[in-house]
Amino acid sequence: MEPVAVRARALPARRKSANAVFQGLCYAATALGLTALCLILGSLLYNGVGGLSLRVFTEITPGPGSQGGLLNAIVGSLIMTVLGVAVGTPIGILAGTFMAEYGRYKRITPVVRFINDILLSAPSIIIGLFVYELVVVPMGGFSALAGGAALAIIVIPVVIRTTEDMLLLVPNQLREAAASIGAPRSVIIRSVCYKAAQAGIVTGVLLAVARVSGETAPLLFTALGNLNFSLRLTSPMASLPLTINQFASSAYPEWQSLAWTGALIITAAVLLLSIVARVLVSKRSGR
Amino acid sequence: MVNIPMSAVSIGGRDLAVRRFAASDAFFRLLTRSAAYFVLTLLGGFLLTLVFGAWLALSTFGISFFTSQSWNPNPDILKFGALAPIYGTVVTSTVAMTLALPVGLGIAVFLTELCPLRLRRVIGTAIELLAGVPSIIYGMWGLFVLAPVLQNLENNYLVPAVSEIPILSTIFAGPSYGQGILTAGIILAIMVLPFIAAVSRDVFQTVPPVLKEAAFGLGATTREVVTRVVLPYSRVGVIGGAMLALGRALGETMAVTFVIGNDPKVRASLLAPGTTISSSIANEFAEAKEAMHSSALVALGLILFVITLIVLAAARLLLLRMNKQAGA
Repeated sequence: MEPVAVRARALPARRKSANAVFQGLCYAATALGLTALCLILGSLLYNGVGGLSLRVFTEITPGPGSQGGLLNAIVGSLIMTVLGVAVGTPIGILAGTFMAEYGRYKRITPVVRFINDILLSAPSIIIGLFVYELVVVPMGGFSALAGGAALAIIVIPVVIRTTEDMLLLVPNQLREAAASIGAPRSVIIRSVCYKAAQAGIVTGVLLAVARVSGETAPLLFTALGNLNFSLRLTSPMASLPLTINQFASSAYPEWQSLAWTGALIITAAVLLLSIVARVLVSKRSGR
Repeated sequence: MVNIPMSAVSIGGRDLAVRRFAASDAFFRLLTRSAAYFVLTLLGGFLLTLVFGAWLALSTFGISFFTSQSWNPNPDILKFGALAPIYGTVVTSTVAMTLALPVGLGIAVFLTELCPLRLRRVIGTAIELLAGVPSIIYGMWGLFVLAPVLQNLENNYLVPAVSEIPILSTIFAGPSYGQGILTAGIILAIMVLPFIAAVSRDVFQTVPPVLKEAAFGLGATTREVVTRVVLPYSRVGVIGGAMLALGRALGETMAVTFVIGNDPKVRASLLAPGTTISSSIANEFAEAKEAMHSSALVALGLILFVITLIVLAAARLLLLRMNKQAGA
């Protein structure tokens, strides 16, 4: 008996060809997706590398038609990211702690989790509007503080999510062992649970930094952007995404070229942060 | 190490120590609890501020705000209707989901069923990383790279090809300027693609291997296993993931603003420029001088927030249901 004949009988030609078409489509889908993403990264490199020079990091954004760098945008991005993370992280960690420790079996916790998951993917431009009404209008003008506040609101749900997840992974025996030597609940949480969940919480913060550093929409009418160098928290401040937004849609070739370079820098930074976060997680789970 | 000061445990100081611990414990507990409640108030705060800001426009225009497409910030006219931005938001998201869902599911099937194990992690990680690329990058790429290519293709091939076909000739009526609803939809599709692929892959992985092995053992092909075992089992999760992606597409700002053309009109052609809620806000809000203009933009924001809230809530409920089913 020929094995080929057996296979042909077990698998009628129609099913076989339908399967081949299906598999072919799946391969094609993956090829399509990877091609699109390679094209995007490729054109970033192609258009952005040429503009990379020391000048980008030492000079401020130029006026139309002249040369310059992105120093004020990079510094502004750093300042507002630090502001946002510094405000958002403690709130996020505390709320995550409540959900995983004190309130683990409370009825409110699933509600908070549900709301938090919605905030996690809420349109960031809405956050801009919210902060505009709440900070910019009362303060009487656009400011770096408002930008930082908008970013903090984006940081909070990310940190809450990872903190809660990581604390829930801490084995209960650790808590019980600490309780059995007389440690009060808050000491158990701070000296035992936080230590055990440290790597995961740090990962969450890194992911939040990565997410926040590329955000444009919530800064459009909070920090506004600034073509000059400014460190004042109460006046408008530049940021990389804002500058990219302004320069890319302009008609000046120098500005467009700087926009590509800025886009390359921000993408590289975001990807690097996500990779570091990933390595931290895999190290932890590998232990 | 747990640090309990020895002095506190010494005889006589015991009561004091217990009381001090109780106080600091209560304080920490209060702190964490207020942080958790703060999150609840955030969502309520969003709604309240948006309603507050939108009140002027909504009370002036009433129901016509939702049915009119006149958008005129001229200080002498100041008439606003949200129809065009709502239409643009819905249509771009529909285009994006129509394109991204099949491709994303295909990638997920490839990653779970067809991909050699060694490549699985690499491609999976690459796709997850690309989900984190800032949206402004997609917008820029769309403006400088994709739009010129699409304009050429549409004007030279698509428009002539469909000019005789009744409905298609309206949907794809030229001329194309490169920037428009279709371009925005395609950029959105590329943006949510990694997200759909990653979520569906995770959902597919919850299917118990025993089920798939049993089907393979009966002689089912990969296609049959996917369509008759994997998809029915993970249906709820896939729909949940797709709605999560839809929520992102609806609210996405920067990727769309660059390529939509920014023209507040409802047009039948997908090649025509349009606007979305988020791109209208992004373009006009900082420059809106008149109170009525900013209020109309905030009202747009309120509409967007309510739509995404419903979509995201539905998505989370579906995913919760799937997790329960997987846990049972």
